[in-house]
Amino acid sequence: MGKTEKGKSSFFQKNSQLLVPLIALMLLVIFNLIRDPGFFSIELVNDNAGNPVLQGNLISILNGASELAILAMGMTLVTAASGGQDISVGCLAAIAGSVFIKVLKSGPITPWLVLGGVAACCLVAMCFGAFNGTLVSVFRVQPMIATLILFTCGRSIAYWINGGATPTVESDIVKAIGGFIPGFPIPAPILIVVLMGIFFALLFRFTTLSMYLQAVGINNNAARLNGINAVGVKLLAFVLLGLCCAVSGVIATGRLQLVNHETLLINIEMDAILAVAIGGNSLGGGKFKMIGSVIGAYIIQALTVTLYAMKVSSTDVKAYKAVVIILLVVLGSPVVKRWFGSMRNKLAVAGSRKEAA
Amino acid sequence: MDNGTVLTMRGISISFPGVKALNRVNFTLREGEIHALMGENGAGKSTLIKVLTGVYAKDEGTIEIAGIPGHITIHSPQEAQRLGISTVYQEITLCPNLTVAENMYIGRGKGMGVPWKKMYREAGALLDSLGIPARPRQLLKTCSLAVQQMVAIARAVDTQCKVLILDEPTSSLDDREVEMLFGLMRDLKARGVGIIFVTHFLDQVYAVSDRITVLRNGELVGEFETAMLPKVELVSKMMGKELEGLADVAPKRDAEEEQAKVYYQAEGLSSTESKPFDFRIREGEVNGFTGLLGSGRSECVRTIFAADRVTGGRVTVEDKPVTINKPIKAMRNGIGYLPEDRKRDGIVADLSVRENIILALQVMKGFFHPFSRKKAEAFADEYIKTLDIKTASTDTPIGSLSGGNQQKVILARWLLTHPRYLILDEPTRGIDIGTKTEIQRLILKLSQETGMSITFISSEIEEMLRTCSRLIVMRDRNIVGELTGDELTQDHVMYTIAGGGN
Repeated sequence: MGKTEKGKSSFFQKNSQLLVPLIALMLLVIFNLIRDPGFFSIELVNDNAGNPVLQGNLISILNGASELAILAMGMTLVTAASGGQDISVGCLAAIAGSVFIKVLKSGPITPWLVLGGVAACCLVAMCFGAFNGTLVSVFRVQPMIATLILFTCGRSIAYWINGGATPTVESDIVKAIGGFIPGFPIPAPILIVVLMGIFFALLFRFTTLSMYLQAVGINNNAARLNGINAVGVKLLAFVLLGLCCAVSGVIATGRLQLVNHETLLINIEMDAILAVAIGGNSLGGGKFKMIGSVIGAYIIQALTVTLYAMKVSSTDVKAYKAVVIILLVVLGSPVVKRWFGSMRNKLAVAGSRKEAA
Repeated sequence: MDNGTVLTMRGISISFPGVKALNRVNFTLREGEIHALMGENGAGKSTLIKVLTGVYAKDEGTIEIAGIPGHITIHSPQEAQRLGISTVYQEITLCPNLTVAENMYIGRGKGMGVPWKKMYREAGALLDSLGIPARPRQLLKTCSLAVQQMVAIARAVDTQCKVLILDEPTSSLDDREVEMLFGLMRDLKARGVGIIFVTHFLDQVYAVSDRITVLRNGELVGEFETAMLPKVELVSKMMGKELEGLADVAPKRDAEEEQAKVYYQAEGLSSTESKPFDFRIREGEVNGFTGLLGSGRSECVRTIFAADRVTGGRVTVEDKPVTINKPIKAMRNGIGYLPEDRKRDGIVADLSVRENIILALQVMKGFFHPFSRKKAEAFADEYIKTLDIKTASTDTPIGSLSGGNQQKVILARWLLTHPRYLILDEPTRGIDIGTKTEIQRLILKLSQETGMSITFISSEIEEMLRTCSRLIVMRDRNIVGELTGDELTQDHVMYTIAGGGN
């Protein structure tokens, strides 16, 4: 009867849920390298304005997945605490983008106005998040049903905000948010993802949020009887997701310097949920790893870029994506995991027996 | 294989990483016998059952079943069923919204169609022959728990069952229902079914079983004839040590007599689940709520902790009026609560032992003050050692621990908050006798050494008489009496419950 050595479990034992997504990402990279050894090469070129910018497939994957990655972060929290998903994130991003533009249209565009616009749309989106969260936590409506409301009417609200127009703004600052900060060669959306990542890392480090979210998601009763305000925790998860929606809405608006309430981040909600699932998180709530969801987002984007690079037509891309996703989801499913787990147990037992002999 | 043997397991070993769960265990079941499988938590009872039902694959050893030549390997529960091994689990795994007959035959048919008439006729015949008081067309949820349990057994024995495993079938039944179940077991025994009976209740083992196999730490202690094995000896075999005065764990302290300060007092306290009641507890006092199941004893303590919505009443803590309307406020007033239903209200199954231990203290410390990993480890290690919690590491999910060890983790969680008043609702249910005694000792030690007030609830009245200096007796959601001093005898309690406390 030997005890396993304490604290010496390997990285993958502790993070076994990241195994499948990491391997998938690696396979995608290897596949692309074999297909085209120069696929991931990055060049430093000057853009029209003469500023140095980085270009290449790797950059376009990282850049393109920004909104998705940020939404996946928030979706992870909501999934963990409520055991359900928010399907209104795309619509909420459209509302946030519209509010952003509305504020920018109110006067000459100064850095302060842009900052005010960002603050305003964050506030509005967090209020809508609180609305969703109240339905889920106080009224105990199933998350998908609760957010179906905003999913249905969100783009109409976005339409009203700017009186039905799709206004454009001419501003270098707004352009920079969706593109490059002059003189800095890495796309701004990538930096914003990093900032959001740091924000959540600090939140998890300096508050008990992660433990509360998991406790509420795993056993709401027990969490409540240990003094956790379960309603508040769920509400907070939705508010934080609202913040994520606002940030992605701002990025998406910045890319085009206009807001089209009908098409802005359309259908992204399903990709965001998918990213959470690919990241090895249970959609039933409970334990989670946010980094998994972010990796999931990059896998989805890498897949899309790869398929386009292979000259697959945009109609066909979805079908190909589906095939890969089926593979990933099955590989990450509890049944397959258990099978791998029992294989590993057998190996471990066999190994310890060999040592004993 | 001898004549009359239905099942032989030889040299069964199974390992999980870090733990040898079973080590060369033998088990023999004869035709028409009730064979109790005994052992403390973590002794390997469940593991052995799971090997037999195909949930776990054994590493070594052989299994033989009467009528099937050679050694067999069981790969899945379905295969076990085909081989004539049926299991009825503690929690009823039937569908309450279907009829009794549907529950008995669901998933049995070969084709798509259901021969309804035939099904109801056969179900009726089987229920009659087993003497189960249920009608085939009755909805299962309208039957009592015991009858539901019996229907589960009827389903299990329906087809060529040779081995019937009953895993803690009696834990949610009252005495009369247990007797009904025993009647059914004896019936099946007479028909030649071999029954493996897993339970924690010693009296029940002696009431119904023919033979006892005792396991300890994954090893076989021995197989005994029930009639030849005195109860005390069985207990000492399960625990692996001679008994040290289980009867009186420690001298009690009578806080009432000492006129110690009142710590908590409630007047007319009520919740959505409980009628208004008065209650007080002194510092260092151990008292208890007693009464039959459903008498409202758990609801009372839930109200004290504000686990249900409090609807009225005045509460003072150390003579200061306070409002306790949610658990966190109770916690801040020095109250801890170990809930009755560990699975539903206690453990956070997927979180680690460490996180489960620090949970309550962490919540009290606040959202913006998380414990460092190092500090949390230190807390967890300390209590794992003090309470002798058997876990592979502090990182192990609590859900994978045995019941008794899960309970100790929850206990550790509350002890860590250093409560002044600790409520323990059924802390000893479904855990082995060794751990039970440990918990009783701990209760007395805490009250005497640290002056902690403790309210203790247990279905086992002896346990309460041993530890409590004051018993509050309840019947039909009302307090009907209070017993102290010489009145603390089983007779008095029963008289009070039955007669109304005069």
